[in-house]
Amino acid sequence: MKIIVCIKQVPDTNEVKLDPKTGTLIRDGVPSIINPDDKSGLEAALRLKDQKGAHVTVISMGPPQADAALREALAMGVDRAILLTDRAFGGADTWATSTTLAGAIKKMDYDLIITGRQAIDGDTAQVGPQIAEHLNLPQVSYVEGMEVDGQHFIFKRMFEDGYHRIKVKRPCLITTLQEMNEPRYMKVGGIFDAYREKEVEIMTLADIDVNLEHIGLKGSPTKVKKSFTKGVKSAGKVYELAPKEAADLIVDKLKEKFII
Amino acid sequence: MDFNLSKEYIMLQRMYQEFAETEVKPLAEEVDETEEFPVETVKKLARYGFMGIPFPKEFGGEGGDVLAYAMAVEELSKVCATTGVIVSAHTSLCATPIYEFGTPAQKEKYLVPLAKGEKLGAFGLTEANAGTDASSQQTTADLEGDEYVLNGSKIFITNAGYADTYVVMAMTDKTKGNKGISAFIVEKDTPGFTIGKKEAKMGIRGSATCELIFENCRIPKDNLLGTEGKGFRIAMQTLDGGRIGIASQALGIAAGALEQTVNYVKERKQFGKPIAAFQNTQFQLADMNTKVEAARLLVYKAAVQKQNKMPYSKEAAMAKLYAAEVAMEVTTKAVQLHGGYGYTREYPVERMMRDAKITEIYEGTSEVQKMVIAAHLLK
Repeated sequence: MKIIVCIKQVPDTNEVKLDPKTGTLIRDGVPSIINPDDKSGLEAALRLKDQKGAHVTVISMGPPQADAALREALAMGVDRAILLTDRAFGGADTWATSTTLAGAIKKMDYDLIITGRQAIDGDTAQVGPQIAEHLNLPQVSYVEGMEVDGQHFIFKRMFEDGYHRIKVKRPCLITTLQEMNEPRYMKVGGIFDAYREKEVEIMTLADIDVNLEHIGLKGSPTKVKKSFTKGVKSAGKVYELAPKEAADLIVDKLKEKFII
Repeated sequence: MDFNLSKEYIMLQRMYQEFAETEVKPLAEEVDETEEFPVETVKKLARYGFMGIPFPKEFGGEGGDVLAYAMAVEELSKVCATTGVIVSAHTSLCATPIYEFGTPAQKEKYLVPLAKGEKLGAFGLTEANAGTDASSQQTTADLEGDEYVLNGSKIFITNAGYADTYVVMAMTDKTKGNKGISAFIVEKDTPGFTIGKKEAKMGIRGSATCELIFENCRIPKDNLLGTEGKGFRIAMQTLDGGRIGIASQALGIAAGALEQTVNYVKERKQFGKPIAAFQNTQFQLADMNTKVEAARLLVYKAAVQKQNKMPYSKEAAMAKLYAAEVAMEVTTKAVQLHGGYGYTREYPVERMMRDAKITEIYEGTSEVQKMVIAAHLLK
């Protein structure tokens, strides 16, 4: 079985600070990690490898620094790591990113593509499903469990109040949730191998099959007009009232603030 | 000259820290309180490669080096010195002499499972009347046919009872003094080999420290490590390397206590402000940090010298002497800065202070380190 896992290197914090002038993320001094949803997807792939045998390729589109995230994946036990990097890919929104990734994946063999649900620095949850659309693949999002059933997979797709069990034929794409598993640590020897024996393959624009109109800043239909840090909210107030009185109180308060 | 860690060591350090924070730190207090050897932690350490860091892959190791090993002991000891010494005694004192002096068959049989962490190692040199004066060995090994027969006892043996493989020193010829000492590999459960009294200790209380008793214990002749009469040299060279492990443990204890203290002084308020705002606190922290960093440079230098096959005996002695003194000083100051709370078991610094003391004593006391350093200086 061949599995491709897409990962993103993100700043290690849920409280990403924005530069108030430029509206971009301040990454200086913030250590980088593999996005948590992606890391669980990676762990799911490695567990399939341990249990059934599989060849796992990890791919990331990003700047040269994303090399560290790919080496971490190698140290956890993946077989192949690819860094998709080119100045032409810069400034991409989710559409341009998924187009670029699909352009690279198109040329590869796979039974399963795994992406994390969403990245903690963007929270869009769009790239995975878009890749599936580009490649014309069945997709299952919000996966928290999986098993292999012959030429099919059975996925557990989570909802707020329950889950679906979905049987899908290979090849397909899933987006995974952080809650799916507890990712393994890197192994000491794996880290040495990742730096001394294994390679992170570089793919550039020349190596992939894409329409130049759909990649990078120019190919990104999303335009960010303004980024800002949310103002600090004042502390909330707790009322313990019967439902009817509570409803009246809420209406009064909303009127008081001219919201309704 | 470059004092910065390369990318792979930075990644190793991060992995060690994640493992230590998640798997080791939560158990440190309980391990100290109950004096129970952390069996499950050792299994996890093995799974992630901590038990064979500096050994080549062909011998079941991780293909790493001495610096990577020293950094692992440091990070583990930051949160739990017991865990640090388990790895250090196993790696430096048991697996290393087999790697450095063992025959290909001995390496295959003993080093491979040790490096993989399937087996745990220990080392037996100290006796009731042979501490710093290691040459006064009373334990004997007599060759009878294809077997050596061991008689005598060892004390203060780290990992004893839980270890599967023991490197043990014994006299093969009492008339020759140091040159009559030989080294042997002894497996647990060998008839005639039993574990005696377990010591109740001040610190590193989860580490098993016991007596080894040999009563007509017969081991195959093939389990002689090196040649007859080489034991003292093997022991001394092993302890030279072991000092890097203990220096790393001491460094870790000091660094861990400093980290705890930095967090505490920012939160603890007196006279209406955090005690971190007082200059005495700042000056104490500055001294602590400077000494921890100096100890780290000595430890890493000794590790790199050993790794590069350069002489390192003096560097290892300096690293252990200094790091142990720093561990004692920094943990004592950490308790002082925590005030009354620091003296209670509610905070980890009192444990760190108790753990620090042993680093000035075992694997060569501070006085022995000074003898080694002076001997190099005056030769």
